[in-house]
Amino acid sequence: MTTAIEPHHGAKPHLSRAHLLGLLRDMVRVRRFEERCAELYQQEKIRGFLHLCIGEEAVAAGVFRCLEPEDAVVSTYREHGHAILRGVSMDAVMAEMYGKREGCSRGRGGSMHLFDAATRFYGGNAIVAGGLPLAAGLALADRMRERRCITACFFGDGATAEGEFHETMNLAALWTLPVLFVCENNLYAMGTRLERVQSEPDLHAKAAAYRMASEAVDGMDAVAVEAAARRMTAAIRDGAGPQFLECRTYRFRAHSMFDPQLYRDKAEVEAWRHRDPIDRLAGWMRQTGALHDAELDGIRRDAEAEVERAVAFAEAGSWEPVEDLARDVYTREVRP
Amino acid sequence: MTATVTPAIVTPAGPVVEAAGRTITYRDAVREAIREALLRDDRAFLMGEDVGRYGGCYAVSKGLYDEFGPDRVRDTPLSESAFVGAGIGAALGGMRPIVEVMTVNFSLLALDQIVNNAATLRHMSGGQLGVPVVIRMATGAGRQLAAQHSHSLEGWYAHVPGLRVLAPATLEDARGMLWTALQDPDPVVIFEHVMLYNTEGTLDAGAGPVDIDRAAVRRSGRDVTLVTYGGSLPKTLAAAETLATEGISADVIDLRTLRPLDLGTILESVGRTRRAVVVDEGWLTGSLAAEVSARIMEGAFWSLDAPVARVCSAEVPIPYPRHLEQAALPQPAAIVAAAKAAVGLREGA
Ligand SMILES: Cc1ncc(C[n+]2csc(CCOP(=O)(O)OP(=O)(O)O)c2C)c(N)n1
Ligand SMILES: [Mg+2]
Repeated sequence: MTTAIEPHHGAKPHLSRAHLLGLLRDMVRVRRFEERCAELYQQEKIRGFLHLCIGEEAVAAGVFRCLEPEDAVVSTYREHGHAILRGVSMDAVMAEMYGKREGCSRGRGGSMHLFDAATRFYGGNAIVAGGLPLAAGLALADRMRERRCITACFFGDGATAEGEFHETMNLAALWTLPVLFVCENNLYAMGTRLERVQSEPDLHAKAAAYRMASEAVDGMDAVAVEAAARRMTAAIRDGAGPQFLECRTYRFRAHSMFDPQLYRDKAEVEAWRHRDPIDRLAGWMRQTGALHDAELDGIRRDAEAEVERAVAFAEAGSWEPVEDLARDVYTREVRP
Repeated sequence: MTATVTPAIVTPAGPVVEAAGRTITYRDAVREAIREALLRDDRAFLMGEDVGRYGGCYAVSKGLYDEFGPDRVRDTPLSESAFVGAGIGAALGGMRPIVEVMTVNFSLLALDQIVNNAATLRHMSGGQLGVPVVIRMATGAGRQLAAQHSHSLEGWYAHVPGLRVLAPATLEDARGMLWTALQDPDPVVIFEHVMLYNTEGTLDAGAGPVDIDRAAVRRSGRDVTLVTYGGSLPKTLAAAETLATEGISADVIDLRTLRPLDLGTILESVGRTRRAVVVDEGWLTGSLAAEVSARIMEGAFWSLDAPVARVCSAEVPIPYPRHLEQAALPQPAAIVAAAKAAVGLREGA
């Protein structure tokens, strides 16, 4: 993936209009995809757990602009945006949401377990913090093979309480592994607010304790996320070792589809909605004359069309035959 | 118990189940059991992820935070190893913790504490220490949550000496077992199948203390013994109903306690019916069903008219789509077929 950013010293990077339009398009595509998923969940086309990242799109939009095709990605169960912006086909992601054979995980994983080897997208992990050690290992392999690529590892604020988080921080820093740790701090782990369960609520300070370069950015601002991610990925590629990017963001929707959200005020949600990352970038671009309403409409229409194509693809997909149930447990068929 | 801290509180003998005969859900029954424990024993407290303000990921503890406050209904960070281990430590220190782990797949992050500490300390300390902790967790598939949220690993826990493992399958057991478990001076792990939480029924008028040493006979028959537990009980009872319409009468045994096994009840039944089918949502290989089957072979071989059959989950990580998930799980039709085959063997002999 190429970029039009010219890093400026200290200040905001200089951004071309095309580049900003790209960020906006990325966020709109993810937003539309997930809004449609919510509808499809109501229609029982999508089942199981469904975790939406609506409100948090700026994080993925900013970070994925800084990754190269040979880089690896490790994510969580809130990963639709990550997969789509990584370049996994939206058709295959939607088919996976349906559980269809044409899905990116052959339908076996569903929403929480999107995988795509071609884009080095290593999932979709539903064990909180379960992906962090894998990211360290992928980075270790890249280093041992002398590949100059990095691994981007996404996780939530809640994950930073897990032992697997701390063990991985230590290991990655100790071995100077090429990992970009991206903490999507949306202030809540399910129904529990950050301050109630973190002795150090400043999450990037945890990484600093492991002597890892770390930084917190406004995760509602795609440009700020990208600027920080670009500095960090460049440093990692230069051999500086792992870096920790805390993105302060917010999910506008429930944790999953079963959550009545009694743990937070409507006013709080409203206040964050005023910082909607899409409106924000669009507003800023409009002010500077970089965006015309017709363009935004066009982006929306394109996203809408892309999502509807994906829905049609998923609808037309097939169910994996029951006879294939045990396929892929091992490479070779094993009869117990 | 022989813990160094001697509890000062004398606790009454059994649960007081108010207004038995009410219609409640399994979830309500578990909640009432926790509430009663908190009311009657001030050493008892509940802790786990989102058990407090949120009310529990399966809404089991709803309302308890408001009633008992944040000390006794304690929200924990996402730190399974630390808070389960802390529960074990608090039990050593004289408390009676009820630790909730959201689901059995996540309990693997705490397996070290449960297996290396809770299960060993009494024996390893030469009997000086005891760990009267109760660890509850959801288990099982059926909600299309795929391979990291759907497994039935209770059989693994039942492998471990030092643990007592329970699987309440009825409203009465959900209501009564917790109290009995809390009286146990040793660690007790309780598995609540996710598909049971919404089951609704009338709490038996006789509901009260539950004997956690004995299996329960849920249906009596002559021709075949169906042994099961937890989320597979309703399926097994449905199968027994079908079998009855075809003239085959089944004894249905609900193990309730997966460790230690109540062999007496199983062998008595198999001695009468001469055939057994074991139904277990765990994977076939190395399953609890394998253990039950081996025990029947050891204890009742000469009474058997047919090989012991097993109906278990297919040996795959549980997949997301409904048709594959259901195909992976034990189903009434497979239980019926296994029972008929067992009975058929007699006719062929
Ligand atoms: C080890 C483990 N414990 C508990 C859960 C249940 N759970 C799923 S998501 C979640 C909250 C995680 O919060 P956070 O890391 O902040 O991510 P967010 O959902 O906010 O994106 C919890 C407790 C789990 N999936 N894995
Ligand atoms: Mg969070």
